[in-house]
Amino acid sequence: MKDKLRSILTVCKNKIKTGSRSLIASAGFKSVISSLLCIAAGILVGFVILLILAITSDKIPVSDAFEGIWIILEGPFASGSAQNIAFVLGDMFFEAAPLLLTGLSVAIAFKTGLFNIGAPGQYLMGAMGSVIVALAIPTTPATAFWVWLLALIVGMLCGMLWGLIPGLFKAFLNVNEVIVCIMSNWIAANVVSWVFSENKQFINTQGGKTAYTLPTTANGVSTPKLGLDKLFPGSNIDIGIFLAIFIAIGIYILMNKTTLGYELKACGHNKNAAKYAGMNEKRNIMLSMAIAGGLAALGASFYYLNGGAELAWNTYGKLPDNGFNGIPVALLASNNPIGVIFSSMFLRFIDKGGYNLAGFTAYNEYVSDLIIAVIIYFAGFSMLIKGMLAKIKIKAKEVPVTETSTETVGSDPVTGAEEVADTPIVEEITKEEEDV
Amino acid sequence: MTFLIQQTLVYTIPLMIVALAGVFAERSGIINIALDGIMIFGSFVGAFAVYLMQKENMLADNTQLMFVIAMICAAAAGAVFSLLLSFSAINLKADQTIGGTALNMLAPAITLLIVKIVSMQDRLSMPKALGFIISNPDIGEGLKPFFDKMFISTYIVIALFIILSIFLYKTKYGLRLRACGEHPQAADSVGINVYRMRYLGTTISGALAGMGGYIYIATIASGTAEGTVAGMGFLALAIMIFGNWKPVGIALGSLLFGLLKCIGATYANLDINGDGVCALKELGLPIYFYNIVPYVVVLLVLAFAAGKSRAPKAEGIPYDKGQR
Repeated sequence: MKDKLRSILTVCKNKIKTGSRSLIASAGFKSVISSLLCIAAGILVGFVILLILAITSDKIPVSDAFEGIWIILEGPFASGSAQNIAFVLGDMFFEAAPLLLTGLSVAIAFKTGLFNIGAPGQYLMGAMGSVIVALAIPTTPATAFWVWLLALIVGMLCGMLWGLIPGLFKAFLNVNEVIVCIMSNWIAANVVSWVFSENKQFINTQGGKTAYTLPTTANGVSTPKLGLDKLFPGSNIDIGIFLAIFIAIGIYILMNKTTLGYELKACGHNKNAAKYAGMNEKRNIMLSMAIAGGLAALGASFYYLNGGAELAWNTYGKLPDNGFNGIPVALLASNNPIGVIFSSMFLRFIDKGGYNLAGFTAYNEYVSDLIIAVIIYFAGFSMLIKGMLAKIKIKAKEVPVTETSTETVGSDPVTGAEEVADTPIVEEITKEEEDV
Repeated sequence: MTFLIQQTLVYTIPLMIVALAGVFAERSGIINIALDGIMIFGSFVGAFAVYLMQKENMLADNTQLMFVIAMICAAAAGAVFSLLLSFSAINLKADQTIGGTALNMLAPAITLLIVKIVSMQDRLSMPKALGFIISNPDIGEGLKPFFDKMFISTYIVIALFIILSIFLYKTKYGLRLRACGEHPQAADSVGINVYRMRYLGTTISGALAGMGGYIYIATIASGTAEGTVAGMGFLALAIMIFGNWKPVGIALGSLLFGLLKCIGATYANLDINGDGVCALKELGLPIYFYNIVPYVVVLLVLAFAAGKSRAPKAEGIPYDKGQR
C-alpha cells in the first residue's frame, strides 16, 4: 500500500517536472495539432476553390470569395441578428448530437478493427424503434418521461440488433463486415418503409402530406429541454447533446479504463494475438458491432424523440446522411471518443456556415461539404504530419522524445488514448534520425 | 421474357463494370472504397458533356456518338479523380479507407456545387428524348432480348469486361499488377515498379468507375446528375467481394443481383410466360419485399460460400520499399 502510494507520488512529481515539455511531446498533443493542421489546410483549399469559382464564373464577384470564407469560418455566428444567432446555435447543438453518436459508433468499431459503414442502417432501425414506441403507447403527462426513456432504450436495442448482424457474419462466417453492412443498410431502409407503410396510424396526414411520421410530441413524448429552449429561443435544442457528450465520456472510460475496452482494442490491433492471449475474439467482434449499432441508433433516437424532427419514413431509396457522416466525424477525431465530441461540433459549425454562405453570397451551401471533404482527405496524412512534427521537435532542441512520451502515457485524459499506439512511430522516426 | 432479359442487362451492366473497377484497384493492392464517389463524379462529367453538346447543338444527328463521347469524358474524369486516391495512398502512404471516404464526400460536394451554379438547382438533367436507346423492332424474336431496346454501353461494357479480364490474367502486365496486390516486396525484387503498377490499377479502376457512373445515370436513373448514384458504388464493392475478386465471379454476381433487382423494379407488370397474368403481382407482397430480396440473397450466398473468400493479401497496406 505504502509502496503504491509512493510510486504514485513520484509519478506525479515527474509529471509536474516534465509538465509542459511532455504535453508538447505527447503523441496526443501531436494528433490534436495534426487535426488542426488538416482543418487549416482544408479551409485554405476551400478558399482557393471559392476564388477559382469567382474568377471563372461571371455570376460571382471576386469580393464574394473573401467574404464567403469568413462567413463559413464564423459558422452560426454569421447569422445576422442576435436572435438568429441564438436560434442557429441552438439547432447546431441539437443536430450535433446524432452526428456525435454515429461518429462514436464508427470510432468504436474502428478501434476493434472493423469498418462500420452500416451506421445508416442502424440509425434507421433506431429511428423506427423509438418513433413507434413513442407514438404507440398512450401517455399522460406523468408517464410521458418513462415512455420517452423506453423509446430511447427500444431504439438502442433495435440498433444493437442491427449492428449484431454484420458482427455475427464476421465472427462466425468470416464474411467481410463492409459487404454485410452495406447490404444491411438497404435492408433496413426497406424494412423501415415497409413497417410504416403497413402502420398508417403513425403517419402525419396533416395538410394532405404523407411523407413523414407524426412528431413524437403528438403523443406528448419529447426529450426534456430543461429551459435550454429559452436560452436558444426558436431552436430545437434539448438535453440530447449533453447526454450524447456524457455517453462519449462513458465510451472513453469503457475503451481506456476497463478490461473489456482493452480486449476490444487488442482485437483491433491484432486479432490473432488477442486470440492467442486467451481473449474471445468472436465475442469481442460481436460486442463491438452491437455497441456500435446501439450508439448509431441512439443518435437517431435523440434526433427523432426531440419532437421537432419528423422521420421521412418512405426511405427505401435513400440512406440518412447522419449515418454516413459518422465516418468523417470519427476520422477527424482519429477515433478518440473525446475527440468525436469536438469533431462533430466542428462539422456542424462549418455546416451552419455553409447555409449562411448560401444566404448571403452567390455561392451555395455545398462549399462547406467540400471543405469538410478536403479536411478528411488531409486527415489521411495525419501519420505523415505527426512524423514531421516529431522531426521538427528533435531538430529544435535535443529532447529525448521517446522517453518523455512513454513517461506520460495516460497523463492527459483527452489524448491518452493514442499514446500507446503511437510510441513506436516516434521511435521509428528517432531511428531514422540516427541513420541520417 | 424478352423484357426481363433487357431490363436485367440494364441493371447488370453498371454494376459489372464498377465491380471490375474495384478488382483492378484491389488486385494492385489499393482498397478503392471511393468507387461510389468516382461514379458520382463520372456521372456528373458525362451528363455535363451531354449538356454542353446539346447547348452547342453538336452531334444532334448522331446521338450514339454523343453517348460514347460522354462515356469517354466520364471515364477520363474518373481516372483523373482517382489520381487523388492514388497520390495519397501510394505516394504519401495514407490510410486508404480515409482517402476513399474523403473522395466519396468530395465528389457529391463538387458535383452539387458546380451543378447548382450552372443550373440554379440541385440537379442537372439530360433531355430525355435524346434517343440513346437502339431500337431494332424488326429483328427476329430470338435475338430481340440482346439487340432490341439496347444501349450502346451494354456492348461496350461487355467487350471491355472481356478485354480487361484477359489483360488481368493473360498478359505480363496483368500478372505484375496482381503480384503487387499479393506480395509487393517480391514483385519489387524482380524489378517491377510497384508504385507504377498500383497507379495503373487505380487509374484503370477510376476510369471504369467513372464510366459506370455515367452509364448508371443514363440508363437507370433517368439521366439526372444530382450528386448521388443511390449507393451503387458500394453495391459494386459488395459484388466484388461476393465475386471473390475474380471477373467471372463478378459477372455472375452482378447478373444475379441485376436479375433480382430487375424483378423488384418491374414485378408489378412482369409477365414471364406471356399469358397476360402478372404472377408476382397476384401474390400481393409490397414493393419493399422485392427490394429486400436481392440483398438477402447476396447475404445468404455469402454465408454459404464463406471461408472460400480470399482478398488480395497486400490490399490496404501501403508499400514501403524499406520494409522486409
